[in-house]
Amino acid sequence: MMIILNAILVLVILINLFALGTSRMKALIHAAAFQGVLLGFLPPLVVKDVGTVPLLMAVMTIVLKGIVIPNMLLKALRDAQVKREVEPLIGFMPSILLGAIATAVALALAGHLAPAHSPLGLLVIPTSISMLCTGFLLLTTRVKAVTQVIGFLLLENGIFVFGLLLLSAIPYLVELGVLLDLFVGIFVISIIIHHINRAFASQDTRRLSSLKG
Amino acid sequence: MDVLALILVCPVAAVLAALIPSNRWRPWILPAAAVVHLSLVALILLSGGVGVKVKPGPTTRDGFVATTLVIPPHALVIPPHAGAPSVERVVPADTGGIVLSDWLGLDPPGRVVLLLVSMLFVACAFYTVGYLRDHMDHLNRVFCVCFLAFLGAMTLVICTNNLGLMWVAMEATTLSSAPLIYFKHTQTSIEATWKYLLLCSVGIALALLGSFFVAYAAILHGLTPSLKLADLLRQAPKMDKRWLEAGFVLLLVGYGTKMGLAPMHSWLPDAHGESPSPVSAMFSGALISTAFLMVMRSQHILYVAGDGAYASRLLILLGLLSMAFAAIFMVGQKDLKRMLAYSSVEHMGILALGLGVGGIALLGAMLHVLTNGFTKGSLFLSVGNIDRAYGSKTIPEVRGAVRRLPLSGMVFLLGFLAITGSPPFGPFISELIILYGTFMAERFLIAAIFLALLLVIFIGMGRTVLAATQGSVPASGRKSHFRDGLLSGLPVLACLLIVLLLGLYIPPPVWGLLHHAANYLEVKP
Repeated sequence: MMIILNAILVLVILINLFALGTSRMKALIHAAAFQGVLLGFLPPLVVKDVGTVPLLMAVMTIVLKGIVIPNMLLKALRDAQVKREVEPLIGFMPSILLGAIATAVALALAGHLAPAHSPLGLLVIPTSISMLCTGFLLLTTRVKAVTQVIGFLLLENGIFVFGLLLLSAIPYLVELGVLLDLFVGIFVISIIIHHINRAFASQDTRRLSSLKG
Repeated sequence: MDVLALILVCPVAAVLAALIPSNRWRPWILPAAAVVHLSLVALILLSGGVGVKVKPGPTTRDGFVATTLVIPPHALVIPPHAGAPSVERVVPADTGGIVLSDWLGLDPPGRVVLLLVSMLFVACAFYTVGYLRDHMDHLNRVFCVCFLAFLGAMTLVICTNNLGLMWVAMEATTLSSAPLIYFKHTQTSIEATWKYLLLCSVGIALALLGSFFVAYAAILHGLTPSLKLADLLRQAPKMDKRWLEAGFVLLLVGYGTKMGLAPMHSWLPDAHGESPSPVSAMFSGALISTAFLMVMRSQHILYVAGDGAYASRLLILLGLLSMAFAAIFMVGQKDLKRMLAYSSVEHMGILALGLGVGGIALLGAMLHVLTNGFTKGSLFLSVGNIDRAYGSKTIPEVRGAVRRLPLSGMVFLLGFLAITGSPPFGPFISELIILYGTFMAERFLIAAIFLALLLVIFIGMGRTVLAATQGSVPASGRKSHFRDGLLSGLPVLACLLIVLLLGLYIPPPVWGLLHHAANYLEVKP
């Protein structure tokens, strides 16, 4: 079980680096979708006795993060007819480098962050931190609305991974609520993106700067 | 059971609002739901007993003591046994495998905020009916449904005892209120909505991580992790300090974003400025107070863990920073609603400061939650009337508001005096208690900065407000036929009267509520 878990987590980290390096927004959305599907497999691997409720939650995670949300974003992309991220504040190669450094630092510190007796925390905490950093980088250095939303998605995924350590403490109602909030959030955001497109004829969030002072 | 009914009022009303076909009659569901909500809140606060009954003795005199400026310290400190009677209100009901008492509970600070949210919504709901009548060309179905969902989400934040569910509900407030900002469908309102959604969602996401960190702090020391507030408070002293502190920082940044603390406040002026006035009033009075409740709960966990000094330092720093930011942006501000929004940043700073200093200042902060909330209600609603009369919310288009709208203009002027801490209004008393508490805690430098910033803000805000209310009405201001009416005037007046009442005489039940809340936050269970 631990081997599969670790393999998935490594894959998740690789997806992060890919997300930081690509300028093609479709590829970015597909990467986020793939990550969402992978995340769905994690909770059943961690809990000891897999009942129907955890399985149901896993399926819901896969459906929402892997299919529904990416499709909403793809639709927003089609409406706007944007294909590429342009002029990021930090270039693609430097972004990958920053992401890699953050991951390396998190891995190096893992021994200090996780208790010695918990093998789970050793890879889960650094992965989570790596994902949070990736999300923040995308949120702050990219200018297209959809890319920023994906940054937010990766950030939420990072929190989801940290939640693996607390599966017994987080009631399913809360987990369901978090998923629902994410879904509704992206839904509302994609509506607003649609309106941004119509009003500004662009998805460039730099144009949203008339409110000042 | 009452709490459950309270939470269910809003979804039921929202469904009804969605079903009513008439654009003209639909808004009336808002005041109807508001009145039911308020009566249930009154029922809960009166029947619960916790926090309502005032102990006989010196504490009952506090209402007068505070107003006569002689505040004997012993009168403001309740003996420990009087406080924190029972942390959770047990709701003995069991439906479908989910035990309600596992989820619902009302802590003493929650009671104060609940009272504010409910009363303010009543005023805003009646006002909204008139407001939507003036905007008949807009379909208001989404607006009504979202406004009710917004109230429901805030109620849930206040009434639940699970840190996870609080987060879910808090994020729900963001999502349900975003369409409210976008009601006017202008370019600037899209911009405000986008910033609000993204900044608050990201900020709140950090708060979720913070909640997880706090729960994880228990695992490290071999305790059973839990997200229930009562469990966390019980286990806090034994938890891992580093993770607890990291969790608190994330919670403070997360809920601080929602609360509008500088430097995470940048969404607030845009959202407050662009949304319809009743929504601004709810944002500024109720929503950010609810976020402050979450900060109070987070601080409480750290305080119980014996790490209160760490939380205090951060809170005081952010509090003063917020006041400074607000002061800078308020001087020379031309837009009346943005000016009020920065005033909200300022007052959230004052609340954080009061919480950080603790002791008597914390009691002042609890009172300030109420006084600031109602004053902001009267200010935003009166500016809403000014906006409707002049078709603008900026000077120099707005001039002579007192002549153009005798009631709203006057309330706006008096509301300005109130919010900047002039007697005899409520904020004067609450700010005075906070200041007194700061002196009592021997934080003289902080008190000095606090006073200096209040002065700068008074001058900065005064210039704008006086320019808007005094002088003669420009020709452009006479075009619309808007006059103060029953639906637009009465809510404004009611809010101001409450502020005046809180400044002159605080009813003993309210005083008891505040005492218990402040006391609860400083008692280790």
